Amino acid sequence: MSEQLLDIAELAKRFVVGGKKTAAEKISGLFKKGPAKPPTLLYAVDDVSFAIGRGETVGLVGESGCGKSTLVRLINRLLDPTSGSIQLAGTELTHFRARAFAGNPNRARIQMVFQDAGDSLNPRFTAAQAIAEPLRRLSKLRRDQIADRVNALADMTGLPRELLTRFPHQLSGGQKARVGIARAIAVEPELLILDEPTAALDVSVQVVILQLLQQLKRELGMSYLFVSHDLNVVRLLCDRVLVMYLGKIVESGPAAEVFADPKHPYTRALISAIPQADPAERVNRLRLSGEPRSPIDPDPRVCRFYGRCPRGEISCAATMPLLRPVGPAREVACHFA
Amino acid sequence: MTAIPALAVENLSVEFRTRSGVVKVLEHVGFSVAKGETVALVGESGSGKSVTAFAVMGILDAAGRVTAGQAMFGGADLLAQSERDLAELRGRELSMIFQNPRTALNPIRRVGQQIADVLTRHGGATRDTAPRLAIEMLKKVRIPDPERRALAYPFELSGGMCQRVMIAIAIACRPALLIADEPTTGLDVTTQAVIMDLIGDLAREAGMATIFITHDLALAAEHCDRIVVMHAGHIVETAPGPELFAHPRHPYSAKLLAATPGETVSLEAMASIPGGLPDLRRADLPPCRYSERCERRLDLCVQPLVSHSVGERHDVACWNPL
Repeated sequence: MSEQLLDIAELAKRFVVGGKKTAAEKISGLFKKGPAKPPTLLYAVDDVSFAIGRGETVGLVGESGCGKSTLVRLINRLLDPTSGSIQLAGTELTHFRARAFAGNPNRARIQMVFQDAGDSLNPRFTAAQAIAEPLRRLSKLRRDQIADRVNALADMTGLPRELLTRFPHQLSGGQKARVGIARAIAVEPELLILDEPTAALDVSVQVVILQLLQQLKRELGMSYLFVSHDLNVVRLLCDRVLVMYLGKIVESGPAAEVFADPKHPYTRALISAIPQADPAERVNRLRLSGEPRSPIDPDPRVCRFYGRCPRGEISCAATMPLLRPVGPAREVACHFA
Repeated sequence: MTAIPALAVENLSVEFRTRSGVVKVLEHVGFSVAKGETVALVGESGSGKSVTAFAVMGILDAAGRVTAGQAMFGGADLLAQSERDLAELRGRELSMIFQNPRTALNPIRRVGQQIADVLTRHGGATRDTAPRLAIEMLKKVRIPDPERRALAYPFELSGGMCQRVMIAIAIACRPALLIADEPTTGLDVTTQAVIMDLIGDLAREAGMATIFITHDLALAAEHCDRIVVMHAGHIVETAPGPELFAHPRHPYSAKLLAATPGETVSLEAMASIPGGLPDLRRADLPPCRYSERCERRLDLCVQPLVSHSVGERHDVACWNPL
C-alpha cells in the first residue's frame, strides 16, 4: 500500500430524533425528579474506520439510508461528527468546526462532485463563474489568472470553451457534469469525493464521464472516494470497495476480489442483484426479504443485518459481529464468513 | 410469433406542437406484445419510450397528437376510443406503473383506500368488500403485516414499499396489459431485484402482457422475453435479450451495448456513442435518424427504411446491419 492520505478512526455520527418538546413539556421537565430520559438517537454512522491511500480509488456502496451520505458529509467537513477522528495526511480535521471549515485552508484539499450536476450548480452562475467560484474563495490567484485557470480547467474536462458563458439550463447533462468536475478540481484537491456522479446520465454519456475521471486521476494524482449504488460502475473504477449497511462497514477489500468472492451475506445479496443478461450467470442468487432494521437506538448486541439475513442464527442476536481480517487486505463483519 | 398479440401497435406516429415548431417524437412505431409476454422498450432519454406508453394509454400531454397509426387491443383500436370508453378500460384492462411511486400515489389518502378506490371503480367491489380485497392485494405484493400497512400513508412507507403499493393498484383488477415505466428507478439494487421478480411472477400467474420501459439493457435482458430498442422516436431493433446481447445487428444497439458497464469489460474498452440525438423539429430529418451519427452509413441510407427480419423474432431497421 502506498502512503496513506485519509485515515478515519472510529468515526460516529448520531442524530437526535423524536418530536421537539413543547414549551409546557420543557417546563414540566424542569420540575421532574431523577435523571432526564436520554434522547432518542439515530445511529447514522457507527464506529467506522478505514483509510484511503494516495492515488487510490475507494468505492463506497450500500443501500439508501445506510449512512453513505452522512459519512461523506463528515469526511467533507460539512457535518461535525459525534466522535472519532478524520486525519488528512496527518492533519486532524475534526478539530475544525464544520461551520467554519469553508474559510479553512484545508477546505481546498477535499472537494466534492455532487450527485445531480443540474441541481448542484447555481442557476444564476455561468459555467465560467461556477468554476471560478472556488478559485476566488480558496486560491490566491489574481483575476486574470483565474480566467486563464478556468480556460485550462475547461480544456482538461473536455468542456468546449465557447460553452463557458452559458447558464446551467443551456447545457446538456453531460456538459453540466463536466462543469461540476471542473469546479471540484479547480483548487487541486488531494481527495475528491464523488457522490453518484453519473446516476442522472445516459449510458453513452456515463462512459465518457467515467473515462474522464479516470484520466484526471492519473494526471493529477488525486485520491477518489466514489459513492455509488451501481456496482458495475464501482467495479470499473475502484481499486478497493467498502460495503456499508446501517451505519457500519460490513465488508471491505480489493474490488475485484469482493465482487468475485463476496463474504458477507449482504454483499452477496448486493452482487446477486446486479441484472444479468446471460441466463447462465443467474444461478445461486440471493434475494433479501424484509425491511432493514431501524437505525434508531439499535441494540448494540444484535448484528445490524439480523432479521434480513438468510442465515441469521441465535449468536447473531447475542453478539454484534465485528470487522475482522479474512485474508490479506480483506475484512468482513460476520460470524460465519 | 404464433400467439395472438394482446396489443399490436402499428405505424404509430406522434407529434408535439411547441412554440419552436412541431417535434416529430414518434414515427412509424410498430411492435406487439403477446398474452403472457414481457417486452422491454429500451433507449436513452428522449428516444420516445414513455411517449409510446402514454399514447397507448391515451394519456398524452395536451400538446401531443397521434398523427397516424393504431394500437389494436382486444379487437378495438385504443387510439380511436373515446375518452369515456378509455376511462372504462384503464384500470380494468390497461394499467400502468409509474416511475416515481411517491409522486404517483395520493399523499393524503391511506394506501389501503387507494387500492380500494380502484377496486370499487373498476373491479366491481362494494364499499364493504373493497377494504378486505385491498388487504388481499397488499398480501399478494408481499407486503409484510398488510392489515397495518393498509392504514399507512405513502410517506410512512419506504420507496420499495410504495412501489409495491403502486403495483398492487395496477394489478388489482387483473389487467390484460400492464405498462411499467421505469418501475425501479431510484430504488436500491437489492429492492430493484425483488420488485422485478415480483412483477414477473404476477405477470406469469395472470398471463398478463407486460411492457417494461427502462434504460438498463441488462435489466431488460434479464426480465423480458424480447427487447425493443428505440432511438429518436424510431424502433431500430427488436430481438430476444440473449440474442441482442450476443448479436446486435443495428449499429446503435451495438454502441449502446458497448457503453453499458458489465462484468467483463474494462473502462478503456468501453466506447461512447458519438454525436447526439438529431433535432426532431427539423423538416429534413433523414429516414434513418441514426445515420448522421453512424459509422456504417452508406449512400443507400437516404432511402426510406423498413424494418426487416434477420433471424427468428429478430428485426432490424438498417440498410447496412452488422
